Amino acid sequence: MNKSEMIEELAVQADLNHKVAETIVNLVIDSMKSALIEGDRIELRGFGSFHIEEYQSYTGRNPKTGASIEVPPKKLPFFKAGKELKEKINNQFLDELNQE
Amino acid sequence: MTKADIVETIYEKVGLSKRESARIVDMIFDIMKNKLEFGENVKISGFGSFSVRDKNARRGRNPQTGEEIIISSRRVLSFKPSNVLRKQINNF
Repeated sequence: MNKSEMIEELAVQADLNHKVAETIVNLVIDSMKSALIEGDRIELRGFGSFHIEEYQSYTGRNPKTGASIEVPPKKLPFFKAGKELKEKINNQFLDELNQE
Repeated sequence: MTKADIVETIYEKVGLSKRESARIVDMIFDIMKNKLEFGENVKISGFGSFSVRDKNARRGRNPQTGEEIIISSRRVLSFKPSNVLRKQINNF
């Protein structure tokens, strides 16, 4: 599923005009982005959490040429699935295995 | 940030009631959860993609006791941030 399919599904389920559904989905994504850009952690109960990990600069190597390169400090976002969602995903997998 | 903060943003900017804003925000995450639960990937342009991956069984060790154990095959959820998000987080 991509963003436009999500907007479409929300419009149908919530009985919203397409334009309004689009605005809402974009607002949700933008507010999550802003939180992460500010280094804030996001906790969505029943879904999971996002946090930022900070890395110091280090000397790495170009894997192709072997040349040394200085990797600048960086921040990366990480997601951890919530327990309930994790279990549901795995249970569905186990069900599929059992049906084979 | 929690779901309540997202609901507040929707309430302030869209002009829906608080109750309706909360219902719709829950619906968005429920739609995503539903797809993921049934093994479908969810890709949100400009943010990132959530993908479900099947892992084979492998031999592992209990890190506390050193005892060898079999980790059974399983399905896991992973998130890959989009390049746009990665750049924005690093102020590029």
